[in-house]
Amino acid sequence: MSFSDEQITRYSRHILLPEVGGKGQKKIARAKVFVVGAGGLGSPVALYLAAAGIGTIGLIDSDVVDRSNLQRQVLHHTPDVGRSKVQSAKEKIFLLNPDVNVETYEDRFTASNAMDYIAPYDVVIDGVDTFPAKFLINDTCYFAGKPLVHGGILRFEGRVFSIVPGQSACYRCIFNHPPPPGLVPNCQEAGIIGVVAGIIGTIQATEALKLILGIGNPLTDRILDFDARKTAFREIKTKRNPRCPLCGDHPDITELFEHEQEACQLQVPGVLGTS
Amino acid sequence: MQITINGKPEEMQADTIMDVLKQKDIDPHMVAVELNTQIVERDRLETTNVQDGDTLEFLFYMGGGA
Repeated sequence: MSFSDEQITRYSRHILLPEVGGKGQKKIARAKVFVVGAGGLGSPVALYLAAAGIGTIGLIDSDVVDRSNLQRQVLHHTPDVGRSKVQSAKEKIFLLNPDVNVETYEDRFTASNAMDYIAPYDVVIDGVDTFPAKFLINDTCYFAGKPLVHGGILRFEGRVFSIVPGQSACYRCIFNHPPPPGLVPNCQEAGIIGVVAGIIGTIQATEALKLILGIGNPLTDRILDFDARKTAFREIKTKRNPRCPLCGDHPDITELFEHEQEACQLQVPGVLGTS
Repeated sequence: MQITINGKPEEMQADTIMDVLKQKDIDPHMVAVELNTQIVERDRLETTNVQDGDTLEFLFYMGGGA
């Protein structure tokens, strides 16, 4: 693989970095990243990875753009309301960087299609907004041995951490299973300050690039929580849990399944804020 | 005794992690709990003791993304 003059100019600020260089930029150009959800987190992830010159970006989302998405889902513009999110996303990515091959899947990510969808990819990004989907992504990446960058957002807060299956703590090591239905609200019910999706999504994109380049210290065995009200990050050290039902010493999850979808009622959570 | 909860040192009287959760009015189903960087599952919250100088992390679920 060799870059054209235009590409060398486009990626020059990357190539200047000793940690990237021409060799690293080629790694980026060969990499395939799967983004589950083309919404609040998926938007900044896809845009920054596209700008960075990722070879292939896979996007799965079954939704159409709603006007209420535009406050934070920066892949989608006002004329896109009512259009397929993955189609809207593909157009924006092409305009930003036509070098990127975009594979779109207008579909739900389910236990029966999950393994097939992620198989061709090197890194997976969680950009979904339900607990059952977050656990399904975690489990799929574990069984497929694919690194995962988890992200979550709610109100003024966000969380990100990376998982290298079999080496670092997984989502189930920490949370085990989804909360009881109705106990924890989602963004649709509780609201989200739009920029938090950008902050968490761009950290997810950074982690994906680091995993691809093999540089720095990945955000593994560390949970990074962000609170926009305080403009404060907090890092919580963690480690693999021997009692994890998925990757522990005696796992009882041996195949993919979907937890039941949570009900859509809202109960105001307790004190202490969220971390 | 003093324990550090989510990065903040707090003075409190408690025997177990469950006592701390109750005093903080936190439903144990809403959090993952780490004691000195080790995850403590919900079925062990009532039997795991806290001691002076311990560090507790209550990680609330955060499920949004879209």
